[in-house]
Amino acid sequence: MRGRVSSRLLRVSGRVAVGLILAFIVLPAVVVTIAAFNERAILSFPPTGYSTRWFTRALTYRDFRTGLWNSLVVTAWASTLALAVGTGFAIALKRYAFRFKGSLEGVLLSPLIVPHFTIGLGLLMLATGLSAGQGWPVLVLTHVIVVLPFVIRSVYISLQNIDERLELAAASLGARPRAVLTTITLPLLAPGLVSGWLFAAILSFNEFTASLFVTNQATQTLPVAMYGYVREFADPTLAAVSVIYIAVTAALLTLANMFLGLGKVLNVEQGR
Amino acid sequence: MSSKAAEVIPAADFPAERTAPRGEPAVRLDGVLKRFGTVTALQETWLRVEPGEFLTLLGPSGCGKTTLLNLMAGFLEADAGEIFIGGDLVTATPPYERQIGIVFQNYALFPHMSVAKNVGYGLRMRGTPKREIAERVQEALALVKLDGFADRSPRQLSGGQQQRVALARALVIRPKVLLLDEPFSALDKNLRGAMQVELKEIQRRLGVTTVFVTHDQGEALSLSDRIVVMSAGRVRQIGTPDQVYRHPQDRFVAGFIGDVNVLPGRLEARAGARATVTVGELRREVEADALQECAPGAPVDLFVRPDHLGLRPAGEAGTLPAQVAALVYQGSHIDLHADLATGERVVVRIPGQGALATHAPGTAIGLSVPQGGLVAFPPEG
Repeated sequence: MRGRVSSRLLRVSGRVAVGLILAFIVLPAVVVTIAAFNERAILSFPPTGYSTRWFTRALTYRDFRTGLWNSLVVTAWASTLALAVGTGFAIALKRYAFRFKGSLEGVLLSPLIVPHFTIGLGLLMLATGLSAGQGWPVLVLTHVIVVLPFVIRSVYISLQNIDERLELAAASLGARPRAVLTTITLPLLAPGLVSGWLFAAILSFNEFTASLFVTNQATQTLPVAMYGYVREFADPTLAAVSVIYIAVTAALLTLANMFLGLGKVLNVEQGR
Repeated sequence: MSSKAAEVIPAADFPAERTAPRGEPAVRLDGVLKRFGTVTALQETWLRVEPGEFLTLLGPSGCGKTTLLNLMAGFLEADAGEIFIGGDLVTATPPYERQIGIVFQNYALFPHMSVAKNVGYGLRMRGTPKREIAERVQEALALVKLDGFADRSPRQLSGGQQQRVALARALVIRPKVLLLDEPFSALDKNLRGAMQVELKEIQRRLGVTTVFVTHDQGEALSLSDRIVVMSAGRVRQIGTPDQVYRHPQDRFVAGFIGDVNVLPGRLEARAGARATVTVGELRREVEADALQECAPGAPVDLFVRPDHLGLRPAGEAGTLPAQVAALVYQGSHIDLHADLATGERVVVRIPGQGALATHAPGTAIGLSVPQGGLVAFPPEG
């Protein structure tokens, strides 16, 4: 009898704990979303009236417009470059044995350990030293470095899921190495490449800390513009931008899910 | 539809490529050797595979049989020796120029292609015209009784069907040699037997030279024209299934092919090709070849198959005294485990189920040993 009561208590408290954890995960987004529709010009919760004017302001405010455009440009360049470079490294790490392989792996994954502000500061000092300034090349390079580990990991895992016997079978059937790559390896790798690119894009689009160091007025990305805004104003425009941010990222993931399945995008699906 | 389509393709319309000049073997290995680092995976090996032959590489895992197959396929490069396929030197030829067909244990079907695309892959790589590809793919699918499956995805097929696709894909390019890497081990037992018979039929019909790798001696005995028994990177014996089963050349082959009992004996005398061995009170003749190193009086091991031992009443003259230890029901027969007076455990295979009632564990029995068909080797170590 006592055992049953205590096991029931455990079950209930377990559910409550899980519910609380889930609530805390979504809570920030919910609070900000609600605040974005606040009628009054203060960032507060709960809202006192309903309005969409902050969305209008978010979409028309000049710094946000250029910031969004800059972010999209940097994201496109950085994640595409990171994908190309990362795929090469992933293939080298997976398929070939060479000296200093362990060290190379360590260097490639090190941006996971080094704080983003260190990367930003370091590159800023480097760029200044080379008189390159805070231009596009430095900004894109910063983002490539930050997202590269994720791309390499994603592609590496996809490579691991490809049975090398498929490539041997293709070779035995008369496929030259180039044909094996284009007809077998790359098509099977495609989901990994897409998910790697997507990860990189989402991370790059959201990157703030390192970008703060290496951007100037002309190149500032959306998160940097938002930071500049919040230092001057305290109205719900920022909340509205956040909602747009969430919507864009969610749309990207939904799209990827439709074409690939979320399991494949997140690279958690094992085997084929 | 399927069986009819298969019938209307005579072997001549689906020929195996036979480019070997008269008298040349389909595959020839001259002193081929392969090392991995400091480990010699394959000792110097000489081997001839005759055109149309079904040759099996048999041995436990790590014996070098897969290395040998990979060398033939061109997936590995030999450290020494030469490989000829159809009379052509191919030692340094990459796999895509060797024209070999291969079926892997897991079939290695391309998951992103339909069955027809899988089968047609080798032809597309050769730039075969589209119409001819379509025709030959259809023929190949009919050959393996999979007509109507052309548009399926490999994922939608059972293990047996996947294997047929893999076989069709390998055969459609009219390979000079068909290589099979443990193709049956992923199938369940019932399906395995049926697929073995079918493979053998197709192989015979096409006359395609086939090299088959397996660790299953039953498979090797039932399918092969000749068996190459390997262990520790070395060829131990090459012979017909009957030769390796009845006349094993060394201790390893005798122990690996079929079930076998080892009886402790002594070499009594050697006279020409024959030798006399005693086991307890019994005296038996064996071939002397394997006992050249042994002096009279030296211990030797006498190998006897479980179905060759006979069950006699205890104390009968000319039998070995033993005691029943356990009875194992096997359906069509009983495996009776018995301990000899000298301590060794032996297995006697008795047809039918009669022994279950009459020979409870603990019963004293006599074991009869046949006069012929015995082999003896020096003890291990």
